[in-house]
Amino acid sequence: MTMAIPSFTVETRTRASMLTAIAVIALLLLAFAAPFIVSRGVIQDLFFILTMLVLAQNWNLLAGYAGLISVGQQAFVGFGAYTMFGAVILFGVDPVVAILIAGLFSVALAIPTAFFTFRLYGPYFAIGTWVVAEVVRLLLAQWKALGGGTGTSLPREATREMIGVNMMRDFFGMKASEAGDALTYWLALILVVATVGFIYGLLRSKQGLGLAAVRDNEQAARAVGVDARRMKTLVYLATAFITGTCGALIYVQKARISPDAAFSVTDWTAYVIFIVVIGGIGTIEGPILGVIIFSCCRTCWPISAPGIC
Amino acid sequence: MNWLDTILQGVLLGGLYALFAAGLSLVFGIMRLVNLAHGDMIVLAAFLILVLVTTLGLNPFIAALIAMPLMFAIGWALQYFLLNRTLGKDILPPLLVTFGLSIVIQNGLLESFSADSRRVFAGSLESASVNLGPVTAGIMPLMTFFSAVTVIVCLNQLIYRTSVGRAFRATSDDPVTAGLMGIRPQRIFAMATGLAMVVVTIAALYLGTRANFDPTSGPS
Amino acid sequence: MALLETRGLTAAYGDFQALFGVDITVGAGETIAIIGANGAGKTTLMRSISGVLANAPASILYRDEPIGALLAPDILSRGIAMVPEGRKLFPSLSVEENLQIGKYGRKVDGPWTLDSIFALFPILKERRNNPATALSGGQQQMVAIGRGLMSNPEVLLCDEISLGLAPVVVRDIYAAFPSIRETGASIVIVEQDIAQALKVADRVYCMMEGRVTLTGRSSDLSRDDIHKAYFGTEHHELA
Ligand SMILES: Nc1ncnc2c1ncn2[C@@H]1O[C@H](COP(=O)(O)OP(=O)(O)OP(=O)(O)O)[C@@H](O)[C@H]1O
Ligand SMILES: [Mg+2]
Repeated sequence: MTMAIPSFTVETRTRASMLTAIAVIALLLLAFAAPFIVSRGVIQDLFFILTMLVLAQNWNLLAGYAGLISVGQQAFVGFGAYTMFGAVILFGVDPVVAILIAGLFSVALAIPTAFFTFRLYGPYFAIGTWVVAEVVRLLLAQWKALGGGTGTSLPREATREMIGVNMMRDFFGMKASEAGDALTYWLALILVVATVGFIYGLLRSKQGLGLAAVRDNEQAARAVGVDARRMKTLVYLATAFITGTCGALIYVQKARISPDAAFSVTDWTAYVIFIVVIGGIGTIEGPILGVIIFSCCRTCWPISAPGIC
Repeated sequence: MNWLDTILQGVLLGGLYALFAAGLSLVFGIMRLVNLAHGDMIVLAAFLILVLVTTLGLNPFIAALIAMPLMFAIGWALQYFLLNRTLGKDILPPLLVTFGLSIVIQNGLLESFSADSRRVFAGSLESASVNLGPVTAGIMPLMTFFSAVTVIVCLNQLIYRTSVGRAFRATSDDPVTAGLMGIRPQRIFAMATGLAMVVVTIAALYLGTRANFDPTSGPS
Repeated sequence: MALLETRGLTAAYGDFQALFGVDITVGAGETIAIIGANGAGKTTLMRSISGVLANAPASILYRDEPIGALLAPDILSRGIAMVPEGRKLFPSLSVEENLQIGKYGRKVDGPWTLDSIFALFPILKERRNNPATALSGGQQQMVAIGRGLMSNPEVLLCDEISLGLAPVVVRDIYAAFPSIRETGASIVIVEQDIAQALKVADRVYCMMEGRVTLTGRSSDLSRDDIHKAYFGTEHHELA
């Protein structure tokens, strides 16, 4: 009696994946070189796309993997941005350093927020996060030193003398404003790479497996010993950090802030949800595809509303 | 008595926020619908009042009274023909659709009214105030506050004392079993959104007379 | 002439077919019992008649009118009320409000009012202001039956009213049925307890795997016939 024993080999490093890796690296190199190649306007557009991608990746991690549908991520964008403004204006911190501080402060905000919203379920969680964002907005609108309800601008010197700007002026002969745009663009690019890398790593780890289990069936996952609540909290805090950082970065580039813009549910959450959903929720490629479709839509049908530009 | 004054102004301003929230929570409470376009609907109602005031030369309060049934009809139709189709276990579809709605409203208003800031003028009432012993309060903030209290008391009575209110609560508990009682959930939802739009109109009246607004001031 | 009739009724959940051509008739003033093992399709039959599930229009006839495709509120307004499986009371409503809402879609004068239901189940009067879910299982079942009666229906569909209740409580609940019959209403009960079903019903239908396997007057059916129809033992012995 003969039986063909099929033999399987599992390859993770296939030819195709090698080619993809090479393509990604080439694309990244090209992206890093962009400020020397294309105009300032294009760089600003690319900056906007990259930051939206970061926000989308984060929302996707929250909703697509941890099942936390939040409509209050603008809380962290706005809070991060205001922290950065506060650090720069009141304490003279360098904006680039302030971006990191903003990330940490956002985590600090996320801890009590999680305490409150994690008691809520599904739609209640969604509306709870929105309430938190509104409360934070109302509180910050009372902060007179940062312009209260009308907002304020970053001092010109602060952005002109940011870490790296002088160096770029000397090395590449850029104008200060050009150098500022290039710098924020590079930071956004780094943030994208770090975010995607972090999410990719998380999903491949043991925690990521637990997360997928929780998303598919929370009860069953708990039964086999996955600490669902801990996983969700971890994801929530991590996204708060990245979202806060991203918010601060966006407002270093904008250099002008107001509570209504910084806490806009349309700009920082609704568009982001749109991006994730059209690209494909629950996948890493989804937000990338989504942001591409989104920016195509915006160029083809430039709708005048929600004041992103 | 500065702090007393601050507290009073704070409480009176709270009335405006309560009006904003009442409509939102009515819709959310009955159908678990998170309406991202709620703020835009307030602005829409404010523009409706503005149009009635400027074209017909009406008093803003009369204008709001006329706007109420119109807004009810808009809310009813919106829910019946559009939002009902998005309801289900997944909360994402209503989020996306109401977000789309928010963009449609903003752009529609921008097209018809431009991006200029507007204001509804309430005549001499605006500057009138009453003396309450140590502090003074504006008539308009006081009216806002009492309107909010009235709206909330009325909604409460409606929900807990009437047959329609019972149907609201039953539908929110379990739409399928509510159907067995002869309740048509689709219509109950439509009625709830219509009612929310009436509250929105009241909020819009006070928003429009109190501060400037423009087509994009909705979401905040 | 039959008051209510199903003709070749089929029903499916997605691509799972639960009913395969069910024919039953209910005469005016008659009490019918539907028995069958778990998953036989009894609840599906009730949900089809009451309009929770949509069917082919002519597969259900009421006073010779095709009602298969109508929605639940339209079925209720024609006089067919349902006491759903698992009671399904509204937790946000008090006992009295749960009863009141039973006539939301059909306000007709008849023997059943809040007072006559309180007379039928006196305990409910004492607890009228409690939230419905604060009651015991048996009391909740009474509310569910009362809620069904409030519309003064011509046909009352009761799905497993003895589910999860102690025998004494079941007896108390069934004690109300003679008063309901007296008003001239037709009753369709779904019951797992065969003895109870035979006792209360004029005629019995036994279902298995989406089909009617046995029907007859309660007094004419032998235990053996029922056993076979219920468990399909013959079928299993062959296999
Ligand atoms: N919502 C549903 N979706 C899919 N299948 C269903 C659904 N409800 C019932 N079924 C299936 O239809 C068949 C008949 O179910 P039904 O509830 O009518 O049985 P039943 O006779 O009432 O049983 P029981 O005595 O347990 O209440 C079963 O096989 C069941 O698994
Ligand atoms: Mg059943």
